[in-house]
Amino acid sequence: MSEKKFSKKHEWVSLDGDTATVGITKHATEMLGDIVFVEVPEPGKSVEKDGQAAVVESTKAASDVYSPITGEILEGNKSIVDDPGNVNSDPEGESWFFKIKIKDKSEFETLMNKADYDKFCAENPS
Amino acid sequence: MEVQKTALYNYHKDLGAKFVSFAGYEMPIQYKDGIVKEHISTRSYAGFFDVSHMGQFFLEGDETLADSLEKIIPSDLKSLILNHSKYSFLLNKEGGIIDDLIITKTSKGFCIILNAACKDNDVKQIEKFLNKDHKYFLNNDLSLIALQGPKAVEILEKIVPGVSSLKFMTGNNFKFDNENLYITRSGYTGEDGFEISIPNNKVEKLISFLKENKVNAVGLGARDTLRLEAGLCLYGHDLNEKINPIEANLKWAIAKRRREEGGFNGWDKIKKLIENGSEKRRVGILPEGRVIARENTKIFSESGEEIGLITSGTFGPSVNAPVAMGYINTKYAEIGTKIHLEVRGKKHGGKVSELPFFKKSYVK
Repeated sequence: MSEKKFSKKHEWVSLDGDTATVGITKHATEMLGDIVFVEVPEPGKSVEKDGQAAVVESTKAASDVYSPITGEILEGNKSIVDDPGNVNSDPEGESWFFKIKIKDKSEFETLMNKADYDKFCAENPS
Repeated sequence: MEVQKTALYNYHKDLGAKFVSFAGYEMPIQYKDGIVKEHISTRSYAGFFDVSHMGQFFLEGDETLADSLEKIIPSDLKSLILNHSKYSFLLNKEGGIIDDLIITKTSKGFCIILNAACKDNDVKQIEKFLNKDHKYFLNNDLSLIALQGPKAVEILEKIVPGVSSLKFMTGNNFKFDNENLYITRSGYTGEDGFEISIPNNKVEKLISFLKENKVNAVGLGARDTLRLEAGLCLYGHDLNEKINPIEANLKWAIAKRRREEGGFNGWDKIKKLIENGSEKRRVGILPEGRVIARENTKIFSESGEEIGLITSGTFGPSVNAPVAMGYINTKYAEIGTKIHLEVRGKKHGGKVSELPFFKKSYVK
């Protein structure tokens, strides 16, 4: 597995060959609060970079989860659909949202590394 | 307009509150534990809520005061017993709800608790019916703290002896730290509890005592999930000036004498609605599965006809499922009726449900 990369929309991506695993960051879960509903994409669905791919809802509001990378969905994580609270407890580990077969590895390279992402969050508090 | 803060603002900040602008006030929406934990601990133990943004409106006058107020409030105020409270509303000429409120008979007249977003307009609407001998003022020197949950009575009794003898929807004056407090046994969570009207300069002392007794602060986020599980309306969402009490399924809050005699704003219309029924009605809605039907979600019949709209919807932590309420064509308002809810362009199943979703535990 590669190092994690991060998007400005608070998703993380890790890469294993041409399979990317995507989730939402710890920072995102802290902003959202208690997560009570998750919808993940079906296998076979095509997603564009920055296109809407999943839904996450907290007690407060619904938010879209975007794919930071173009490709075809291989799998959605059913365990977070059944138990959405797991996203709060382990957002950047077991509680990934979907796996995707990527088209263009260069899209991955354009994402932020951990240090840049932390800096981005500090500069853009919301 | 300048953003207003309650007397406890800095206290909330120290507790790690996240703030939101609400009705012109910076109010805590949640604290460090988050909405779900705050909700659950209120139901299992107790929580306190700073609701000092709400209007505490005092009216003083002779027996003509009740006559005046009855023109805009459909309660039986003439027979309201000293220190007893009623849930009611201000009505406009079309029978629409200007605000919902709790009115209490005091020794000098009445005290009305008004919604923060409505309170300035409410006072203007009420004063139209008052005469020159009636005195009235919104008291901004008082905070309002709601203490809610099964342990509320035991904890408050320690510091304010006598509160345990209050019955639901009654109140009285009590002493605390050489100050007078007016406490009612009431709230908006479906739990037993109290609303404590206390001078701003004493409120931190009261809260410190509650904290010592492991009562946690609860924000507006959990207040919303608690009241929705209890089937209670939120003004500006479930109620507004275009909705009347019959549609809102609040006929019970119009006193029997008033229903018969009338003499209040909108009575002509309300009388007809009582006789003939209304076209739409507020109902509880239980979505199937985990999908959350939030405010403005469209409701469809099983045959695909659009029949209503959700006005409040969230995930109910104690019900452990999504809960909602909304207005539906009366033909479909029967409990158990299967419906569809359109969420993000997709139709999901659901049904009309009894309210409350969570059984209330008031001390009567």
